[in-house]
Amino acid sequence: MYIRTEEDEIMVTISMEIQILFAALLFLIGLIGFLVRRNIIFMLMSIEIMLNSAALVFVIAGAHWLQADGQVMFIFILTVSAAEVSVGLALILQMYHHFKTLDADALRKLRDSRENEDIPQ
Amino acid sequence: MNTIFYIAAATALLSSILAITNRNAIHALLYLIISLLSISVIFYILGAHLIAALEVIVYAGAIMVLFIFVVMMLNIGMEEESEKKWLTPGMWIVPAILASVLLVIFIYVLKAFEYEQAATEIIGPKQVGVSLFTTYLLAVEIAGILLMAGIVGGYHLGKQKKKVMHRFMVKDGERK
Amino acid sequence: MRILIPLIPAIPLLSFLIIALAGRFISKKAVGAIGTGSVIFSALITIAAGLYFLSSAGEGAVTSSVYSWINTGGFSAGISFLLDPLSLVFCFVITFVGALIHLYSIEFMRDDDGFRRFFAYMNLFVGSMLILVLADNLLLLYLGWEGVGLCSYLLIGFWYKEPENGYAARKAFIVTRIGDTAMILGLFLLLISFGTLNIQDLMQQASGRWAAGSPLAVISAVLLLGGALGKSAQLPLQTWLPDAMAGPSPVSALIHAATMVTAGVYLITRTHVLFTLAPVVMTAIAVIGAITLLIAGFSALAQHDLKRVLAYSTISQIGYMFLAMGIGAWSAAVFHFMIHAFFKALLFLSAGAVIHLLHHEHDMFRMGGLHKKMPLIFYTFLTGAASLSALPLITAGFYSKDQILWFGWTSASSSHWLWLAGITGALLTSLYTFRMVFITFYGELKTEPHEKAGALMTVPLIILAILSAAGGFIELPENFGPVHLFSRLFETVLPSVAIEEGSSELIFQIVSAVITLGGIYLAYLLFFRNSPIVKRIRGTRLSDFFYSGWGFDWLYNFLFVKPVVWFSEVDRKDFIDAVYTSIARMTGYFNVLISRSQNGKLRWYVLFLTAGITVLLVVILSL
Repeated sequence: MYIRTEEDEIMVTISMEIQILFAALLFLIGLIGFLVRRNIIFMLMSIEIMLNSAALVFVIAGAHWLQADGQVMFIFILTVSAAEVSVGLALILQMYHHFKTLDADALRKLRDSRENEDIPQ
Repeated sequence: MNTIFYIAAATALLSSILAITNRNAIHALLYLIISLLSISVIFYILGAHLIAALEVIVYAGAIMVLFIFVVMMLNIGMEEESEKKWLTPGMWIVPAILASVLLVIFIYVLKAFEYEQAATEIIGPKQVGVSLFTTYLLAVEIAGILLMAGIVGGYHLGKQKKKVMHRFMVKDGERK
Repeated sequence: MRILIPLIPAIPLLSFLIIALAGRFISKKAVGAIGTGSVIFSALITIAAGLYFLSSAGEGAVTSSVYSWINTGGFSAGISFLLDPLSLVFCFVITFVGALIHLYSIEFMRDDDGFRRFFAYMNLFVGSMLILVLADNLLLLYLGWEGVGLCSYLLIGFWYKEPENGYAARKAFIVTRIGDTAMILGLFLLLISFGTLNIQDLMQQASGRWAAGSPLAVISAVLLLGGALGKSAQLPLQTWLPDAMAGPSPVSALIHAATMVTAGVYLITRTHVLFTLAPVVMTAIAVIGAITLLIAGFSALAQHDLKRVLAYSTISQIGYMFLAMGIGAWSAAVFHFMIHAFFKALLFLSAGAVIHLLHHEHDMFRMGGLHKKMPLIFYTFLTGAASLSALPLITAGFYSKDQILWFGWTSASSSHWLWLAGITGALLTSLYTFRMVFITFYGELKTEPHEKAGALMTVPLIILAILSAAGGFIELPENFGPVHLFSRLFETVLPSVAIEEGSSELIFQIVSAVITLGGIYLAYLLFFRNSPIVKRIRGTRLSDFFYSGWGFDWLYNFLFVKPVVWFSEVDRKDFIDAVYTSIARMTGYFNVLISRSQNGKLRWYVLFLTAGITVLLVVILSL
């Protein structure tokens, strides 16, 4: 068992660039996932990845400046994420009831209505 | 400490990639949970012990479980056929190009600044709590209202419309 | 008297309104009475004003302003009239001859359905023409100018049910429109240079500011000349007048013989100060007059239609007037105008009577032997023809034409070639005139006249015959005992012509008398005796060339009409307009294209979002 003593210090000597770069990579993975997947559950999942990576950046910054603000921001992001996920999943349930499919491309009612397709002569 | 960081980072990235490329929803969610746990490890070694715990409890433990519940309720596993149809290899090109351009931009921005050392001490729960309830009190209250909105919205949106049939109506609201 | 002057044009215009609005409800007789009565009334007022004007000789010109029409930005033009000797003479001719012609038309048009319409148009014409000659400023003059052009169109195409009449009317309007455009450009130039269009002010300022021969003076004179050429049917805009004979004969008499075609003469004489500032233009006027009178004379020799001979004769006689103006003999030109109005109206009216009584037969070669059947018309026609040919001593035409020819030889700014052209024209005139007389009234009777002419038609003929014979006695040449009633009238208004001394007028009078009589004798030989030379000439290419008016119609058709028609065929789908609609079509096309990107798919929107963010970041970071 590891008992922490006063002399223990957290010494992560990796430069902040690498850490933020890692967070950026996570964000990009989430972005790619969002753009590629058609299933709406996966899109929501990708959003979670992106949110998580953004929160990671906050924590990295807070640890750098030795303040609690970064962690506080993380808590707020967490709150937001939770609320958003619950509402989003409820909407997904409604969508499944109406459209009988989880295809994100099925939600197209807000498209351009194609009324004035004829080109003026 | 550095090696732990690298290992955790690699795990997070790998499991995220596996999560978004998976065809089975449940498997993808499970990979995502692994990714979240790795990030929690990173939080820990950065000295943010509180939120490392919170990440596991709330994010991985509550939000992801919510996802899994919904997936199970919708019986998605049976739709692997459509997943195969939707996830053609050709779809990866444009997002990949876009993401790589963004990556280049991020690297360029990061390189332009000079950063010093990273974490040197633990910032404990007590500090965070004090900060929450003094400096960021208002934000906490707002976050509470937000959660309440989430609850109410979730309840309403999750409701199924009851089919109320008036005795003179035939179906779907048509009058006889 | 100031009040009287605006009444002169106002009364015919008023009667036009009455006939146009209420003519349907009143009888033909009443319409005829109103129409003719208004012109007679104007004639009486003109005579009264003239007598008053002549008696108070010291007063000079009288201006009468009715209404301030435009008054803005330093430019003002009012409806104001100027009565001076020049406008008095023109008013007299217009109202007097006009009244006689209206009287004639009551009987001539009696059986026509458009009787009321006819009188409305005729009154409108008389009113516009009076406005033209009485106008104080060039803008009001242009108003009258356009008015007479409109009435000419309406009256040429009076029998609109025949398409050819409509084409003739359209041709007249378009050709004169070319002249009108030149004139309005001239008006603009004058306005820009002097800031006013008041004729008296213009003439004063022009002679003050522009030196003789200065380019602006030349250009504005040329432009005004263009307008005059169009209205007076001179070269190159003379092609409309022969076709304008499609209208009724009173119309030809009033508009295309006596009044409208002399509007050009009036314009140039009225603005003579401007023209004297541009000597090269004066030479051009004289040369155009000379050439036109020759061309028209030759063309008249080859015509079959009775009225077309008279039309070409009109063009030729106005050529004489232009010739006179070009050499500076202004009062001689106005004198010839007045006499010409008398005999040409007479000729047209009697020709109209002949045509009318022969069931609308126009071709001379189908008439003949009429001098016994309709003696009164024959003698009046003969009087007019004699006056036209300038039969010596007893006709007014002799005195007016002889004056022009005399000045043609002796004037300082004239050359002997012009006199030669004039004398050749005189020979041609007597030749074609008496050809017309002999073919129409002598020989064997080919068409029988079906009734006698009534008093309303014959009385005007008689009056005009008397005037054609005796009207010249107010201006006798030097060696006849100088009687200069007419030219003395114009002393205050028009400059007199500068003469080189050294020639005897008697010789020239004898020469022109010999030419005239020789022409008549030649016509007698060729046409009275039905000489075989005539049969050989008719049908040759030269004869056809003259018949077609020296091919001007063909030339204009080739140069102007055909290219425009070809282009309108090519442009059938209006490809020039397509350039403009293509902008609209492009916009619509791109609208359709871009709106395809709003396809309602969430992932597409996020894709565009990230692409936009990427571009934005690149732009920001590169700055």
